Amino acid sequence: MRLPLLARWLLGAGVAVALAFIYVPLLVVVVTSFNSDSTFSWPPRGLTLRWWSAAAQNDGALDAVATSAKVGMAATAVALVLGTMAAFALSRHRFFGRETVSLLVVLPIALPGIVTGIALNNAFRTVLGLDLGFVSLVVAHATFCVVVVFNNVAARLRRLGGNVEEASMDLGATRLATFRMVTLPSLGSALLAGALLAFALSFDEIIVTTFTAGAEIETLPVWIFSNLFRPNSAPVVNVVGTVLIIASIVPIWLSQRLSGDTAGGRI
Amino acid sequence: MTAGAGAQVGLPRRTLLRRSSAALHRRPWLRLGGLLSAPLLWLGVAYLGSLAALLVTSFWSTDTFTGDVVRVWTLENFRQLWVEDVYRTVVLRTVGIAATVTVIDALLAFPIAFYMAKVAPPRVQKALVVAVLMPLWASYLVKAYAWRIMVSESGVVDSVIGVTPGFGLVAATLTLAYLWLPFMILPLFAGLQRLPDSLLDASGDLGAGPAFTFRSVVLPSVLPALVAGSIFTFSLSLGDYITVEIVGGPSQLLGNVVYDNIGAANNLPFAAAMASVTVAVMVCYLAAVRRTGALDNL
Repeated sequence: MRLPLLARWLLGAGVAVALAFIYVPLLVVVVTSFNSDSTFSWPPRGLTLRWWSAAAQNDGALDAVATSAKVGMAATAVALVLGTMAAFALSRHRFFGRETVSLLVVLPIALPGIVTGIALNNAFRTVLGLDLGFVSLVVAHATFCVVVVFNNVAARLRRLGGNVEEASMDLGATRLATFRMVTLPSLGSALLAGALLAFALSFDEIIVTTFTAGAEIETLPVWIFSNLFRPNSAPVVNVVGTVLIIASIVPIWLSQRLSGDTAGGRI
Repeated sequence: MTAGAGAQVGLPRRTLLRRSSAALHRRPWLRLGGLLSAPLLWLGVAYLGSLAALLVTSFWSTDTFTGDVVRVWTLENFRQLWVEDVYRTVVLRTVGIAATVTVIDALLAFPIAFYMAKVAPPRVQKALVVAVLMPLWASYLVKAYAWRIMVSESGVVDSVIGVTPGFGLVAATLTLAYLWLPFMILPLFAGLQRLPDSLLDASGDLGAGPAFTFRSVVLPSVLPALVAGSIFTFSLSLGDYITVEIVGGPSQLLGNVVYDNIGAANNLPFAAAMASVTVAVMVCYLAAVRRTGALDNL
């Protein structure tokens, strides 16, 4: 659209400021991971790969990555099942209380993380009397991952409509066969996009995790948080941070390509 | 040949699978119930239940000697929250910071969202969406840590501007604004995409300058999207305690009070009371914005 020159300049400036604001801190982390000085002074006086080799040998970090991956996969699996079921229920049926259920699905992510964290902590420890550990953590993560899967699948179901499924059943397929051969393939990329987002959400989660993981489980964010303040481990944290920044490019690009619409994202 | 073949083909065998499938088809409520059972059990019973348990706990208190929760109904926790200055200050401070973060994000997000939605050619638009989304998935802790690096003594901010806010509320506000910016950009972008270009052109044709068009055409239309974004920034800032620990120095926000009361002070009822205040604030906010239609934009 045509804008007067001043407006176009202001808009361009606004875009530049926003992009700089978004990316400068990330670049700072990347550059600092090569800083030969272990303090945060800027500009860096020298560059070194010392911290990178230290990070590669750091058992704590590597174990934390494995734990995070395991928790993430488990939580994503649960969220996939629950989210898809809820998406089908809400997209294909009209019933009393539909909006309430919709709100319920969004609630774990809409409420501040600390509330979810202590509510689940209280439920596990005080009400149920169980110890915190892998199960409690997976339950907590799955709870707020459901909404991500739900949104993706519901959006796709809305776009698909029910005609193809009805045609399939008219031609004699059972519901199960229809689901397997017609619905699931069309949902495929939405499920994958939702799963990627859910995994990323779980992998990065710290607030609810500190309340529901207990003392023995150390996911990567927990490891980062406990090493953040130690001057000796800080450089390794830099390296881990850089790896995470770079590693996050691939899933998000993939997820965008899969979900197909440009307004996809956390929600 | 045709008559014989037609008579022989017949119907599919009435297996259990087919019969149950047919039964489910005739009774949609059965399908619905089956579909909803697991999610509702998980979210409705387990999650809502634990929230309710938390609320109930906020009405209890702790025995000062044993540290156990005493199940005596009392409003002592809420009274403490209301009466003691320090907690009132913390709550007001947190709400203030959350509001500031929301405003900063709205101001930063609007130009780029507008550019992405209305001005950018399609390839640039797609690239920008990826560019905006990418930091979302870079770890939250890493981003807060980046700001810690930047505002520390002789860090980036210091060497560029010459002075740094250091660890404190300003740094915390900036970091929170940084963290939640994509959550403001995306709903705004979606909302602006829905605004028809022809409206803006028509406004221009009728003689309005960009500023007037912005005020009277664009702003009212994207208000739901703006509010949807603000729900995220507000809610996320309200309960955050980790950013404050990383860049906030000695400052205390609502989340820190809750966290300290769970861990060190082992005063779960009080922490629950504080958390209930958070929920109450969010519920009021959500109820207030429901009328703007923002909840459909989530």
